[in-house]
Amino acid sequence: MHVDAFNQYHAGESLIHHLDARAKVVVAISFIFSNALLPDGSWVTFTLAWMFLLLANELSGLGLGFTLKRSFVALPFALVAGSAIFSPLGEPLAVWDLGFMTLIPTDAGVRRFFSVLIRSWLSVQMAILLVATTPFPDLIHALEHLRAPRVLTTIIAFLYRYLFILTDEARRLLRARESRSANLSGRKHGGTLWWRAKVTGNMVGQLFIRSYERSDRIYKAMLSRGYAGHLRTLNPHIMRRFDWLILILSLTFLLLVQFLGWIQ
Amino acid sequence: MLFSPTPLHIPDGFLNLVISLLFWALTMAMVGLAISKTNKTLGERQIPLMGVMAAFIFAAQMLNFPVAGGTSGHFLGGALAAIVLGPWAGILTMTAVVAVQGLLFQDGGLLVMGANIFNMGILTAAIGFGLYRAVRNRPRALRLGGIGVAAWLSTIAAALITSLQLWLSGTSRLEIVIPAMLGVHALIGFGEAVITVAAVAFIEQTRPDLLRAENSANGKWGWAVAGMGISLLVVLISPLASAKPDGLERIAEDLGFINAGRSAPYEILPDYTVPLLGETALSTILAGAIGALFVLGILILVGRRMSSRA
Repeated sequence: MHVDAFNQYHAGESLIHHLDARAKVVVAISFIFSNALLPDGSWVTFTLAWMFLLLANELSGLGLGFTLKRSFVALPFALVAGSAIFSPLGEPLAVWDLGFMTLIPTDAGVRRFFSVLIRSWLSVQMAILLVATTPFPDLIHALEHLRAPRVLTTIIAFLYRYLFILTDEARRLLRARESRSANLSGRKHGGTLWWRAKVTGNMVGQLFIRSYERSDRIYKAMLSRGYAGHLRTLNPHIMRRFDWLILILSLTFLLLVQFLGWIQ
Repeated sequence: MLFSPTPLHIPDGFLNLVISLLFWALTMAMVGLAISKTNKTLGERQIPLMGVMAAFIFAAQMLNFPVAGGTSGHFLGGALAAIVLGPWAGILTMTAVVAVQGLLFQDGGLLVMGANIFNMGILTAAIGFGLYRAVRNRPRALRLGGIGVAAWLSTIAAALITSLQLWLSGTSRLEIVIPAMLGVHALIGFGEAVITVAAVAFIEQTRPDLLRAENSANGKWGWAVAGMGISLLVVLISPLASAKPDGLERIAEDLGFINAGRSAPYEILPDYTVPLLGETALSTILAGAIGALFVLGILILVGRRMSSRA
């Protein structure tokens, strides 16, 4: 597996790609924050927020529909919000008698349900755009500059660095299990559920020991190459005037959206 | 491929701002504490170790086993991480895992990441290590049994608190979300328990020194008490909540936070208006700002204390 197997970065030379990672992180988080703060049913301002997102998509050179195509990861969770439709607060819209229980959808409930879906859909897209236009190591450095604890960012950097190696290791274990689990069609195979779970548990234990021993070797190799407690980067990470400009423009727009959302 | 689409990774938009920020504050406090503790007890060598271990938890979530009808059981790893690495290192490891799942794979949101870390990293570590600490020096059968219970309960606890957060945010109705979430996770938790027990048993047999080394530094009984306390709470609340959600609603009403659940997002200030200004748009905006500033203030205070300690 390649070292970049898990990178979600889509290389490009656009305005958004060249923006300082800190500015991008702050705008993305503010955007998500702003969505969470908008009141239920403020469709106009949700649309404005969507326009902002589309503009960012377009400026990134990845295409208007780039994040849209990838935005359905959170969809299974929509089921959970489905029950909001039956909120007891609003005016009842209908009465559904299912026999064992009676469901009464209300207008406030329906409004809330769609608002939650839209908020989540917009926020996920902004997060997707953030990682698609920022290399992950830059993202981690941005978090460090934004005062995330260094211990944590270093752990995350290591996680990212060794994820593909351990995924390979996990795959080897899966392949080994596969190659030892012959089965004939029509015949009972595979042991009991209990046994299968136990085998998987042993594989997890095996993976743990291999990872642990590997981390030991990694640490010694790093020490011998001059590791002094934190990871270094060649990227200077300087906020240019242009980064500040984009940052301030974006935040002003989001404030405006908030204002419009609340005076409705 | 690395997705583990259990309904525990809450996406952005599903929790309201107050709940999101509250759990960010709690999580930051616990993570800050974990950083200062690991700084004190463990060496610099610990950081690469925790990083690789976080990658291990990530990769281990790939290892699944067929259950029935095309579904498969796999695992969260919070309890296992706390048992094999000790509670504080376990918390940091799981924090990194949840952070990368949210940042890189959009498996869980950014604003709600505090809640996700709390549910899957901190709560699971407290229950996992707490119960393990209580049975650590007991006979093997009892010890492994305790670990199984810890792993199962940690999954249930995560599902329970996720449901409660969704309810308090006004996103879900309690009587629907609790039975659904707890029902599913009672099964998922079974897989978690068997895998965790088998993994710990395997490590005990092949490299017992690893378990001893990681745990000797974290031998406080406080964890056992905290773990058992939280477990007891989960055991008491879960059946009550799933069998009689109105029971929980009743308690919430008695405790006075029912309004937060009923018409969240914003009920810290009554009806989200500033009393003097009456019910105008300005008053609503102002009330929102006051609420946000209040939570921000708590966040900054907690952050200050953490950074001065660390």
